[in-house]
Amino acid sequence: MKYMLIFHGSKADFDRRTDPKKGPIFWSEFMAYVHAIQNAGVVIAGAGLEIPENGKIVRVRDGSSQVQDGPYAETKESLAGFLLIEVPSLEVALDWAKKSPWATHATVEVRGILPPGDVRAPILPA
Amino acid sequence: MPAAAQIRTIQAKGDFSSMNESATHSAIETVIRQSYGQIIAYLAARSGDVAGAEDALSDAFLAALRRWPVDGVPDKPEAWLLRAARNRLIDSARHDQVRLRSSEYLQQIAEEAQTMATTLDSFPDERLKLLFVCAHPAIDVAARTPLMLQTVLGIDAARIASAFLISPKAMSQRLVRAKTKIRDAAIPFRVPEPQEWSERFSFVLDATYAAYTAGWESGSDSSSTHGALAEEAIVLGRVLVSLMPSEPEAHGLLALMLHCQARRKARHTTEGFYIPLDRQDTSRWSWPLMQEAEEHLRLAASFNCMGRFQLEAAIQSVHARRAVTRETDWQAIALLYEGLVRIAPLIGSLVGRAVALAQAGDPAAGLGALDAIPPGRIATYQPYWAARGHLLHLLHRNDEARKAWEYAAGLTDDPALRRYLTERIIELADGCR
Repeated sequence: MKYMLIFHGSKADFDRRTDPKKGPIFWSEFMAYVHAIQNAGVVIAGAGLEIPENGKIVRVRDGSSQVQDGPYAETKESLAGFLLIEVPSLEVALDWAKKSPWATHATVEVRGILPPGDVRAPILPA
Repeated sequence: MPAAAQIRTIQAKGDFSSMNESATHSAIETVIRQSYGQIIAYLAARSGDVAGAEDALSDAFLAALRRWPVDGVPDKPEAWLLRAARNRLIDSARHDQVRLRSSEYLQQIAEEAQTMATTLDSFPDERLKLLFVCAHPAIDVAARTPLMLQTVLGIDAARIASAFLISPKAMSQRLVRAKTKIRDAAIPFRVPEPQEWSERFSFVLDATYAAYTAGWESGSDSSSTHGALAEEAIVLGRVLVSLMPSEPEAHGLLALMLHCQARRKARHTTEGFYIPLDRQDTSRWSWPLMQEAEEHLRLAASFNCMGRFQLEAAIQSVHARRAVTRETDWQAIALLYEGLVRIAPLIGSLVGRAVALAQAGDPAAGLGALDAIPPGRIATYQPYWAARGHLLHLLHRNDEARKAWEYAAGLTDDPALRRYLTERIIELADGCR
């Protein structure tokens, strides 16, 4: 079964990544986690994201496109990264979510991926 | 509804006079702590219906909260509650002819109620049978420990759920399924026959130990439900010992849990940082718990029948001796692990043995022992990678040590342990420059 581990974070969580003191420890811990989950052979894809302020917001209305600077919405938390994994059960997906250092100070959301037979499902590389 | 939650509901309503309120509550709390499991076991052993027994006892608690402030707390509150619960069971059996057609059952209860009315002093302790039902092979392994905690100790599902890190709803469903299974499959309330005893008994021990390890692993926050669950597991261990005083492994399991619990305060700095066992300040270990552990280990040894939990407790006992001798006898620990892997070659014992070999002076042999563990079992087993890092570090193979520690840090869900390993990795990296 495929699940996405979605890493949500507040401004403080994003700041931690570049903090001169906390940053190195954060990245050591996080990369250890990424290597461990890759080593377990369950990762299909994953990425970390730049801060939402660096993003662009695109909308096409009445044939003309509008491009705005981010963030997308004035929310307390925004998307910081994700891992797409394939594991035998939700329990295993939750175990991996619990092991992520992100879960101890911020939030990890675990969402199932729509099955391939579902017309709404995205087409993923095998 | 679990009894404790029910009482809180009643308390919130405050619908009785305040005069006897505290006497009533303390009497009820005492009964819950001491007799909850006994009453449930007694009722369920007769009806085969655990959920029904719980409902009846909840009703009895409600009746007590209504009556006791007015009439005073009875001399034998347990007997009063049992009679009230029993009356309630008889009522519901009369109304619920679909579920319980057996008039034999009603007859039996009526007769026993009669006996009860005349003696009232005590009732048979059926908790042992209840424990064997909870850990019955037909019950899902994941449900056994929660079922024991709920039925024998009266802990409510929400608290059990939070200790096992699943939603209260999912835990309730798991418990309901298990109780339905007990009732519908008519799992017998009996003590196993001699030929099946050792396997069935090991299920009871495993489920009890699982309660302790669920409470142990995230021990950095001692006020958490995890920490509290470890204490409940010890209560369960004491119940096991009292019900089976001549089972050496019951003593062994209790000794193991007590030794580990004795070090609870020494496992982390006041700031919450992880401290490995061999660097813990022994003055922060609990003497009373260690002494109790040693007593059970001695008792277990007197039966001359070695087992997995006795060996694990003996290993912890050697560690505990450091409080007196100031050093750890790793030779002795290595020998005990040797015995342990012969009885139960669990991955934890195989890793423990490798570390003991290394600490006893031969890190290369320790690493060899780690290499001999089948690769399929190690990929996501955190202690293996922590041990491997340690042994490689002892052998001055620091690049490989760093890699192993990195896996170990990535595989733990304990933030304190993760931080500890990360700092070791950073130290190693600095040392290489």
